[in-house]
Amino acid sequence: MGSIFQIILHRLALGLVTLLIVSMVIFVAVNALPGDFAQAILGQGATDEAVTQIRADLGLDQNYFLRYFGWLGNVLTGNLGISFAQMNFASGMGGDQVSLVGVAEQIAPRFRATMFLAGVTAMIAVPISITLGILAALYRNSLFDRTVNIATLSSISSPEFFLAYILILLLAVLNPVFPSLSNVYEGMALGEKLNRTMLPALTLTLVVTAHMMRMTRAAIINLLASPYIEMARLKGISPMRVIVRHALPNALAPIINVIALNLAYLITGVVVVEVVFVYPGIGQLFVDSVKIRDIPVVQACCLIFAAAYILLNLIADILSILSNPRLRHPK
Amino acid sequence: MSQLSRRGLLKSGAAAGIIAATGLPAKAAAKPGGTLRLGLSGANTSDSWDGRTHSDHFMIHMGHGTVFDCLTEISASGELIGELAESWEASADAKTWTFNLRKGVKFHNGKSFGADDVIESLNMHTAEGAKSAAKPIVAAISEMKKLGEHQVQFVLEAGNADFPFLMSDYHILMFPAGMVEQAIAKGIGTGLYRVVSFDPGVRCVLTRVDSHYKDGRAGWFNDIEAIAINDSSARMNALMTGQVDAVSKVDYKTEPLMRANPNVNIFEMTGNMQYTFPMLTNQAPFDDINVRKALKYGLNRQEMVDKILQGHGAIGNDHPIGPANQYLAKDIPQLEMDIDKAKFHLKAAGLTELNLDMSVSDAAFNGAVDAGQLYQASAKEAGININVVQEPSDGYWSNVWLKKGWCACYWSGRVTEDWMFSTSWATGVPWNDSHWENARFQELLLSARGELDSDKRREQYGEMQMLASAEGGVIIPMFANFVDAASSKLAHGPDIGNVWMMDSSRLTERWWFA
Repeated sequence: MGSIFQIILHRLALGLVTLLIVSMVIFVAVNALPGDFAQAILGQGATDEAVTQIRADLGLDQNYFLRYFGWLGNVLTGNLGISFAQMNFASGMGGDQVSLVGVAEQIAPRFRATMFLAGVTAMIAVPISITLGILAALYRNSLFDRTVNIATLSSISSPEFFLAYILILLLAVLNPVFPSLSNVYEGMALGEKLNRTMLPALTLTLVVTAHMMRMTRAAIINLLASPYIEMARLKGISPMRVIVRHALPNALAPIINVIALNLAYLITGVVVVEVVFVYPGIGQLFVDSVKIRDIPVVQACCLIFAAAYILLNLIADILSILSNPRLRHPK
Repeated sequence: MSQLSRRGLLKSGAAAGIIAATGLPAKAAAKPGGTLRLGLSGANTSDSWDGRTHSDHFMIHMGHGTVFDCLTEISASGELIGELAESWEASADAKTWTFNLRKGVKFHNGKSFGADDVIESLNMHTAEGAKSAAKPIVAAISEMKKLGEHQVQFVLEAGNADFPFLMSDYHILMFPAGMVEQAIAKGIGTGLYRVVSFDPGVRCVLTRVDSHYKDGRAGWFNDIEAIAINDSSARMNALMTGQVDAVSKVDYKTEPLMRANPNVNIFEMTGNMQYTFPMLTNQAPFDDINVRKALKYGLNRQEMVDKILQGHGAIGNDHPIGPANQYLAKDIPQLEMDIDKAKFHLKAAGLTELNLDMSVSDAAFNGAVDAGQLYQASAKEAGININVVQEPSDGYWSNVWLKKGWCACYWSGRVTEDWMFSTSWATGVPWNDSHWENARFQELLLSARGELDSDKRREQYGEMQMLASAEGGVIIPMFANFVDAASSKLAHGPDIGNVWMMDSSRLTERWWFA
């Protein structure tokens, strides 16, 4: 088992390097966008005088290297900094650092909301897609298989906002089962929170199911041609048992990988769904911050997104190793 | 002094078209109770209770309309009434203003409201490093004197008959002296509702204070939940499915669908929101008045209202004074599309053909690109070839507006003529987006500012509107309506304010559940 820990350490180290590169790319990219925080926040009122004032207040007039490495230094000491919006607000108060909300505190509730939505979606989507995948493999090329394939492929091919509005029409307008507004907040009762999260979670389920379901189906069907499955069949085991007991464990590695990728997508890529259902997740905050070029918030969000991908991929790889005895006990 | 009615004249038949369509019948008597749920546009994660930073609907409504008060207020029918000030008097030169403050008013934290709060709240706008949009208003006060606990005197640098009007501006909120920072952090004002929780850019929950000086005439809801819904489809959806009771800023395109829903009422007001095309009159070819005139006759204003605003607006006359102003002059000849006149002026400018670039972006206003193309099509007939240049939305205000010769722009308007003219039409001010200079206009601006006689001011402002319309460098084809929607369960008084959207952003105060 020692080799697994080595792999984890190695991967975590690589992950840190990736995060560093991501932060640089984002910093360069946001700065390359036309306009900066001062111009964005002032809008029509962006006179040269006001723009210069804000740039001076926020240190935007310093050169890129100083700003980037200043930020990096803070992050390495565990401080994600203070958003430009908050700093601008403080300088308007006459320079007092009142009770400023740090980027970390600003992001925390949004991130929890995003994780909640991702969690609820995963709990619905993962069992459904694996079950459907197994059934589709079992009854492959049947009417059932085709129906499931067509349904999931059409839902993944439709834009998210379209699926969202169809669900709103069906489940909120025509049959008022769930509320169309998912404005959850901290301190809401769990039942109410689940009720409000249901429509966005179902929308996302429609988006991610096809990928996981088809990978499950393909991985299993791939194995069904193997001699050991043939043997199992010859023993007279029922087709269902052949698949669940014999094929599925060996198909786990690719399935886990696909699940991990989709979970990462649920954390990082759900802006559209958040907007349609007014769900206060991190995606909305991220887009708002890019709009006003609030670099500390954008950077922090990107780090979280990148970390989510890195960690989930790492977990997927470890689980694949654990699920495969040959990899678990390398010669 | 007598209270000025901004809409007295509009109540006559001449202005029947102004209040375009208010679907809601005025219910007889207001009654208290219920939780109002609002879906509001214009929310940002950078929002705070600092009135100096308020620029979009969510905070304007929550700030000056709900949690905080100003010294004065513009009533739904357009009169200037006292809010935290009970009465005011001016010296004969309109330079010295004495405000008598309401007694017995308490902030949400129990502190009594008095003269010190007024002085400190006003000084916030001129503080070192403050970036307040109301800075010019406060900077024009040369001296503030506390005459008593409930009396303040302002001495202005120059006479300004509109001073009490300016005190109703949504930036100039009254904060408790000595604890402004805390008040900004927590939202401690003197308004009808106090803050229970506020999550910037997400949600704001408020509850009615137990007793208030507006009791019996405003503040009917027990509780308010304002939800930030910036996406227009999501906002409309929330109202249609009954998740909220009222929404701001109805999308013109979905308005007919909303109207068809029997549980939803649309209310629509023409205010001072205007979409404009300023040209730099100190640059060729716009320095030639005949070129400007040719352009004024080269567009079909009604077509723009019909196609860009889908009919939710009124045609403009190239001056910035709208129906939410006191002295809108009705007798100025309306500029109409007239190809012959356009050709005539082009010829007078010594040209048979004119090639121009017009910079547009939807950052200027929704539909600006389409409006530019409509202009291009109509002006072509007069031999004016407009090349519509689509500029990026990012940095539009810094890189295009005030810099390119001719571009698209918008103004949300100002409640007083003087403020509007001084902001973007006076000689030499930074936001004079046409760089237009006119000696007579400037002279009138200064003399009307200190004039307390209402009739004389009407005459002076009328002449200024005439000058702007005939010679100015800004094409103002249209005024856009404020279109909002509410559940049919909500009722309101006989008038709806048109200073800003949602009953001048005071729906929370003025409306009730029928």
